[in-house]
Amino acid sequence: MLFFGFLIIGGITPILDKYVPLSQLIMNEILVFAVLAMSLDILMGYTGLASLGHAAYFGVSSYACAIVMTKTSWVTSFAAYTWAQNNGLGIIFLLVIAIVVALFFAAFFGLLAIRATDVYFLMITLSLAMVVWGLAYRWSAVTEGDNGINVPGRPSLFGINLDDDYNFYFFTLAVFLICFSIMYLFVNSPFGKSLVGIRESEERMKMLGYNTWLHKYIAFIVAGIFSGIAGFLWTLFNLFVSPPDLELITSAEALFMVALGGPATLLGPFIGASIIKILQQFVSIYVERWPLILGAIYILTIMISRLYKVEGILGIFSKIRNSSKEMEK
Amino acid sequence: MFSAEKMIILTYSSFAYAALLFLLASGLSLIFGVMRIVNLAHAAFFLLSGYIALEFYNIIYGTVSLIPRLVQIVSWAVVYFLWKFMSQTISKGKSALILILIYIAAEIISLTLWGFPIYEKLFFVKIPVKAVDKLNIWMLIGALIFTITVISLAGFFVERVFLRTLGQDTIAQVLVTIGFAFILQDGSLYMWGGDNYFFNLPTMLSGSFTIQGLTFETFRLFLFIVALVVALALYFCIERTRLGAIMRATVDDPEMARGIGINTNIVSMSIFAIGTSLAAIGGVVGASFLGVYPGLDFEILPYAFAVVIIGGMGSLGGALVGSILVGLIENFATAFFPELNYFALFAPMAIILAVKPTGLFGKG
Amino acid sequence: MLKKLVLLVAVFALSFTFSVKDATSAEKEFRIGWLAAKTGWAAQIGKDMTNGFKMYLEQQNYKFGPLKVKFIYEDNLAKPPVNVRKAMKLIKRDKVHLFSGGLLASTGYALAPLAERTKVLYISPIPAADDLTQRKRYKNFVRLGFTSSQNSHPQGQWACEQGFKKVVTIAADYAFGYETVGGFQKTFEACGGKIIKKLWPKIGTKDFAPYLAKFPKDLDAVFTLMVGGMSLSFPKQFRGAGFKAPMLGGITSADEFILPNMGDEAIGYVTAGQYSAALDTKKNLAFVKEYQKRYGKMASYYSESCYTAALFIHKALEKINYKYDRDKFKAAIRSLRVDAIRGPVYLDKYDNPVHNVYIRKVVRIPGDYKGLGVKPNSLWNKVIKTYPAIGQFYPDSAEKFLKQPVYSKNYPACKHCR
Repeated sequence: MLFFGFLIIGGITPILDKYVPLSQLIMNEILVFAVLAMSLDILMGYTGLASLGHAAYFGVSSYACAIVMTKTSWVTSFAAYTWAQNNGLGIIFLLVIAIVVALFFAAFFGLLAIRATDVYFLMITLSLAMVVWGLAYRWSAVTEGDNGINVPGRPSLFGINLDDDYNFYFFTLAVFLICFSIMYLFVNSPFGKSLVGIRESEERMKMLGYNTWLHKYIAFIVAGIFSGIAGFLWTLFNLFVSPPDLELITSAEALFMVALGGPATLLGPFIGASIIKILQQFVSIYVERWPLILGAIYILTIMISRLYKVEGILGIFSKIRNSSKEMEK
Repeated sequence: MFSAEKMIILTYSSFAYAALLFLLASGLSLIFGVMRIVNLAHAAFFLLSGYIALEFYNIIYGTVSLIPRLVQIVSWAVVYFLWKFMSQTISKGKSALILILIYIAAEIISLTLWGFPIYEKLFFVKIPVKAVDKLNIWMLIGALIFTITVISLAGFFVERVFLRTLGQDTIAQVLVTIGFAFILQDGSLYMWGGDNYFFNLPTMLSGSFTIQGLTFETFRLFLFIVALVVALALYFCIERTRLGAIMRATVDDPEMARGIGINTNIVSMSIFAIGTSLAAIGGVVGASFLGVYPGLDFEILPYAFAVVIIGGMGSLGGALVGSILVGLIENFATAFFPELNYFALFAPMAIILAVKPTGLFGKG
Repeated sequence: MLKKLVLLVAVFALSFTFSVKDATSAEKEFRIGWLAAKTGWAAQIGKDMTNGFKMYLEQQNYKFGPLKVKFIYEDNLAKPPVNVRKAMKLIKRDKVHLFSGGLLASTGYALAPLAERTKVLYISPIPAADDLTQRKRYKNFVRLGFTSSQNSHPQGQWACEQGFKKVVTIAADYAFGYETVGGFQKTFEACGGKIIKKLWPKIGTKDFAPYLAKFPKDLDAVFTLMVGGMSLSFPKQFRGAGFKAPMLGGITSADEFILPNMGDEAIGYVTAGQYSAALDTKKNLAFVKEYQKRYGKMASYYSESCYTAALFIHKALEKINYKYDRDKFKAAIRSLRVDAIRGPVYLDKYDNPVHNVYIRKVVRIPGDYKGLGVKPNSLWNKVIKTYPAIGQFYPDSAEKFLKQPVYSKNYPACKHCR
């Protein structure tokens, strides 16, 4: 059902774009970050593990794609890429690279992080993300350090030219819808339900015989993979990748998107991503001190959420709906 | 590659750097250990104290007048008391609303008649600070006292109004404190401008001394002494005094503590204030070493976290050991493999976490 | 469920439409998009840049001939993705004729291809990455600042003339550092000098102790490229560690931006740059005086470059009779020879400026220097030698220069390093 909602919005936007210029680009960006936020939600909302380092997988995949596309000196990868390109599969090849790299990092970091809970988990994921950031920043031989990597263009998909922003928008939309569908199936599957169980009470799940460590680990990896896909989209969207893409603030923003929209849903992160991105684009035009405003929004939102015991924007809606149901009775 | 004398100098410098980190991280560790609060705005308080000290020096020197500041304090006080007064008869919400409407009206009048917004003169003043040429040790002490007072008040305020309501909700704490970090950073930018400021060292402390032909900067020794004094004071307070016992009781079992008659609210507030004051000391003293500029907070935050994570949250001894380790690793790793120095710091941290998530000396 | 959907769509439509601010397509308007940091760590530099650019516009009363100049300023936070986003906004919504601004090399690298893709000119006043006007040419990219190595080439020769033989370089670990040092090393070693150690502290380094520990004791001078807070702390720590050798550096090591906040340890610092606030020309003194009056600060190369960029834009428009056509404008701006604040400036065939390079020495001048209104007894960058009309390839020809690889950490190689 939600699927069609997204499809409609996604479809309307190019039309909207004619009247309100730039909305297509903003929507494109929203879709990318929505994938990131949703992936974090799998970990945070459903499994109950809040990570402050989710941008790490986003970042390594972004960089991996950029590196494969530009480092001609890395002969094997470039050769494989060129082969794929010649067969119209260039972009799929990059997607695969993004997924593989994200998987690798998530698997490795997951081993280190999953044993911890709550604050310590937050700290570990934070420090791991900082390691990756440090590498991006200093290992200039590979990552061009501070300069960032310029990507020459988007490879085509079976002959469709993706350099055209319009086409690329639909590509992003398609990828988003596919990711959303997979994530939807994932969280509604028995496995997904067990994750919620772990969030509610890990002890109980253990007693019921679940291998909670394995469940959490798999959730971590799945979340990491989708984060990587978001990174892949981001590199191709901007045609540029640089260390700020992986800094602490990006991870914190993702966290906020989930908290703002409503954790443990898939619509929530999407709403959160949309609001943040739209705010970022427009508030800074009208208000000079917009980080102040942003900070205030963070604080106000959380304070209000906690005071009224709602979980994000969707929480507000469900509360209204519940209370109206109460009144009907 | 490295002679023994270079090693000695490097170790000496590392200890000074460690001292600064200790001042910064001990507050963070204390706040976490006692209140279970992850304070991502901690480094922002650190930076803020540098700015406050800067303003203090400027006022003493006379390059900046105290008037705008006083006007600001008075304006806020007036508004606050008006609000309190009005809420005695009308509801709190309504009085707030009325005051806001009055303010908007005043703004419009001021803009049309005089052409400038009153908020700049009254509530959110900009202070044109200048670089500080010479300092002496008394000014430094004065700045410390002043800054600690201001920052503790700020700490009280933040804890009372915001963090108290959040309780143990980690995500909420993280996001609220990040929000504060943004506000503090941008607020500082607005208030004091974005230039890089550097304090000169008090004349007594600048320069260097030589032992056996090796030159050591005096200021680094000073940093180390300050940190040592603070560490001893903290240890003494927490472990040996009644105050410390009260604090420890509140941490271990709040219910019980309240049962005995300890006002846990005041204790929490005080601990947060102490934590931020520690950051303030670090900020004022360290400003001569690190400088004061926007962005310093986010640059130094990872190091503060590294110390707390490695040393263990909530443990003073852990903060001490952690800061020494981080100081040494950072300096020596930079000297030996500069490319990967970030890695050299965070990799061991990640590994320690993986093995013992609570850190070396951490309490669970 | 349906309600949720409707709500979603409504929220979107509303949020987009509330921000409808259609750009006027008035013929008589010239829209310049400006990207600089309003917030974040680079905010003060962004302010200096914007002040410089705006000062010119204000002096012209926002009119270039019959055209009314619309200046649209966007906060770029000095981050590449934000730059891309904001530039697209300027191009698509505000329909700017051209855009300018940007501070870091990464910004230059992000915006140059964008300018080429969107076919909108990017006049770049500050990003100094060498290659943008050398091996990686982009259409629609015109630089009006400098390349990182441009100032270092003559400085290397100057260092030889002073009799320095053994120099240690310590520079921020990124491209700006590599290129500044690279240029110095190339010319310095070509006339007999030796770089005996190259060190690369990362940006934001607070404690130089590990680097100072590696300094050979017998150095004749140190060559630095420091940015931001590093520029302030390095001289103190260098002298504090007991080193007495003279300090040489790239433009940001002792630039007017931080000079007011430096102390006595900076006196004698010799840096090379295309601008100095102490430049003793009528034009410059008037500029510095006006800038001080308006903004209460000493004018820096950030302000001057942006001021000159605005000047060039105006003069180019004038040349094509104020009827903006991108290609005609490009041809016009390439043909200009302007007597700017920093001296005579014109563009070379690679769209990079050719201008004077000044060897500047930090001195403390008692009293109010030349009555400019700057705080008395301040530090100034006194010009001690001028190298006229230096291009980015000096002393080689373009062809010869482009054969060598771009300056990096390892190029030129450190043959004499210990």
